[in-house]
Amino acid sequence: MPAPAPLHLAAEIGGPPHDDTGRLVRLARTAEEGLLDFVTLADSFGGPGPDALGALARIAPETGRIGLVPTVTTTHTEPFHVQAGVATLDWVSRGRAGWRVDVSTSAAENRLVGRRETLGPAAAWAEAGEVAEVSRLLWDSWEDDAEIRDTSTGRFVDRDKLHYVDYRGTAFGIRGPSIVPRPPQGHPVTVVDASAAVSRDTAARHADVALLRARTAEEAAALGADLRARAAAHGRDPGALRILATLVVDLGDGPAASAPDGGHFGGSPAELADLIARWHAGGAVDGFHLVPLAPDTGLARFTRGTVAALRERGLFRDRYEDTTLRGHLRLARPASQYATTGGVS
Amino acid sequence: MTAGPTRPRKQIHLAAHFPGVNNTTVWADPRSGSQIDFASFVHLARTAERGLFDFFFLAEGLRLREHKGRVHDLDVVGRPESITVLNALAAVTDRLGLAATVNATFNEPWELARRLASLDLLSGGRAAWNVVTSSDAFTGENFRRGGFLDRADRYTRAAEFVAAARALWDAAGEGPRSFAWSGDHFAIAGESAPPRSPQGRPVVIQAGDSDEGREFAASAADIIFTRHGTLEAGRAFYRDVKRRLPGYGRREEDLKLMPGVTVVLGDTDADAQERAAEIRRQQISPQNAIHALELVWGRDLSAYDPDGPLPAVDPDPESALVQGRVRHADPFEAAARWRALSEEKGLSIRQTVIETTSRQSFIGTPSTVAAAMTEFVERDAADGFILVPHLTPGGLDDFVDTVVPLLQERGVFRTRYTGTTLREHLGLAGTGVEGLTA
Ligand SMILES: Cc1cc2nc3c(=O)[nH]c(=O)nc-3n(C[C@H](O)[C@H](O)[C@H](O)COP(=O)(O)O)c2cc1C
Repeated sequence: MPAPAPLHLAAEIGGPPHDDTGRLVRLARTAEEGLLDFVTLADSFGGPGPDALGALARIAPETGRIGLVPTVTTTHTEPFHVQAGVATLDWVSRGRAGWRVDVSTSAAENRLVGRRETLGPAAAWAEAGEVAEVSRLLWDSWEDDAEIRDTSTGRFVDRDKLHYVDYRGTAFGIRGPSIVPRPPQGHPVTVVDASAAVSRDTAARHADVALLRARTAEEAAALGADLRARAAAHGRDPGALRILATLVVDLGDGPAASAPDGGHFGGSPAELADLIARWHAGGAVDGFHLVPLAPDTGLARFTRGTVAALRERGLFRDRYEDTTLRGHLRLARPASQYATTGGVS
Repeated sequence: MTAGPTRPRKQIHLAAHFPGVNNTTVWADPRSGSQIDFASFVHLARTAERGLFDFFFLAEGLRLREHKGRVHDLDVVGRPESITVLNALAAVTDRLGLAATVNATFNEPWELARRLASLDLLSGGRAAWNVVTSSDAFTGENFRRGGFLDRADRYTRAAEFVAAARALWDAAGEGPRSFAWSGDHFAIAGESAPPRSPQGRPVVIQAGDSDEGREFAASAADIIFTRHGTLEAGRAFYRDVKRRLPGYGRREEDLKLMPGVTVVLGDTDADAQERAAEIRRQQISPQNAIHALELVWGRDLSAYDPDGPLPAVDPDPESALVQGRVRHADPFEAAARWRALSEEKGLSIRQTVIETTSRQSFIGTPSTVAAAMTEFVERDAADGFILVPHLTPGGLDDFVDTVVPLLQERGVFRTRYTGTTLREHLGLAGTGVEGLTA
């Protein structure tokens, strides 16, 4: 029997109160003690608390290994700023950054900018895909060895290794190159929630990690197979897509049904370990993205109970084997798309 | 000069500029480190906090500069996105203010007000925004709306942007948090304000020298970052800007003037002068001298010898040779000035550039520098300084170790932080602690 694929675990650390930095640090450290691949921090364009990218940058120096994945919306923002911000999170965390791409389709969010027509979900997700694509182009626009500091010629950079991206999308164009040198991971990890049909194609085309909600292992497997087929249709290696099931979990002490119900799970930490082991063994998903209903108590229960149980069964890592988020996810560091194509034209 | 007992000595404000993307930074020096690794930012920020500085400052550029149609390759380039790196620095510092330069032309008020309020929240009240306004189509090619703003409109948008951001910041806190703004440039409304700012609202800095820029600063800024570094130019600028304040119902002490300056230290004044000259030679390499000449002339002058005389040809005023930099308003005037200087002193191209592009420096022993800085501030040429070191990231180590203690001995610089927010460090109104630092 082939060795089982590694199990990947992530957890959401958001939820009110939004204004307590110490709490975010504690939650991220708890997740890191559990050796999770990454934490997510939910956000929206009109969100009430600190913006998620800023908050995870704030806690980056207070953590060492865990991946940091803020939600970043693409509908009302400047793509050039978005890619620079995510690349910078990768620099300050030394290769632990990702971003969870999301859209803003509400009229209320639109009124915060007041200059665009409200985009429907399909158009917004298509544009999010364009932002993901141009971000990768801009991350690649500095080849890894563009900085040369050649004192004999007085040149700081080799401009043949800096590239205009000249992207023309439906709603924006960008000349490039980025102002931020290529981030440590090459490409910070792109995460897309593929639960809704409208986001599925964007996920298949652009995500390194796709999140999905499912009631059963069979349903998760079917959605995952669909995603991988679409990824292949876009010319990608479907094996380079990690698929995590999002579970909203209530690990309270009270009696609860221990089966996920519409992506909700209630039960004991050990019961959750059973469920994770079962779904994973069946090959339905590569891992799980836990959304604790009450993160302040639930996350510790998850890492000390569920994760410990999974580790005892040899199903989850007992130490970090890598320093970057791509490393945790066993995703290769991509080469720059421009690396062999020569200089600025 | 001793202070009389009735007038408390004016206090100096200090800020640290992370060396940016221009030829101030001498990357060819073997002590020059990375301009992008987070460790560099940590080093300079912690040095500044050890020196009890008011704030740490990051410049911004939104497109790599070009020369003769290609990316300019002689200077340091490549930097992180300011607000994100400052959020991370908030974790490794405790009191230091954190100032981000962010363009008002290529951003929108809600998003930026929220990001700055977030930085303020996550740093415990230490955020500042340096509002810059470049609006050229060259930069615009990286943004959704392209080069959409006439130069004449740059400050009307900036002023309305800051007013809208303040309305958003002021809506945070107790009670209803809904807000609305409607003006010529923005029409926005929402139900939930950005997070509450621990210092009321982030500090606003202005950098820009035109009459409109000064007026905007007088109306809305807490700090002006200027280039007027000599004593006389500083005094004139100081008088000009401060006299504009009453028109906006503001007091002199509501706006701090902080020129960007460099400091070169030595064991003797002569030693420091020698080091300063050497640094200028490193900053103006032969290649950089020709480049600086081309910035004025707008012509390809690569055939000229940097150690030879200035070109006899006239500048090309229509030139598109240079992109992403402010050009001399009148290149003929600048060229005439450079020629006159070169003829008078018998200077080569490189020597002329070294003389004409030098920014204000304090050069000498630590005690000479401490005395000169004190005089500047006491004679109202400045309220403090933004120090621009020529080395990353160790360029302020010596200043903090040797000059800061002398300023403290003179009673013109704090010996500990008395507040936790940047507004408190600056003694700015709105914090309930006015006068504490006077
Ligand atoms: C000391 C100083 C520093 C500046 N730093 C920046 C900067 O980091 N980024 C930027 O885009 N513009 C910068 N500028 C440009 C100005 O903010 C301003 O946009 C430009 O000078 C045009 O305005 P003005 O006509 O009022 O001078 C700086 C200007 C000054 C005087």
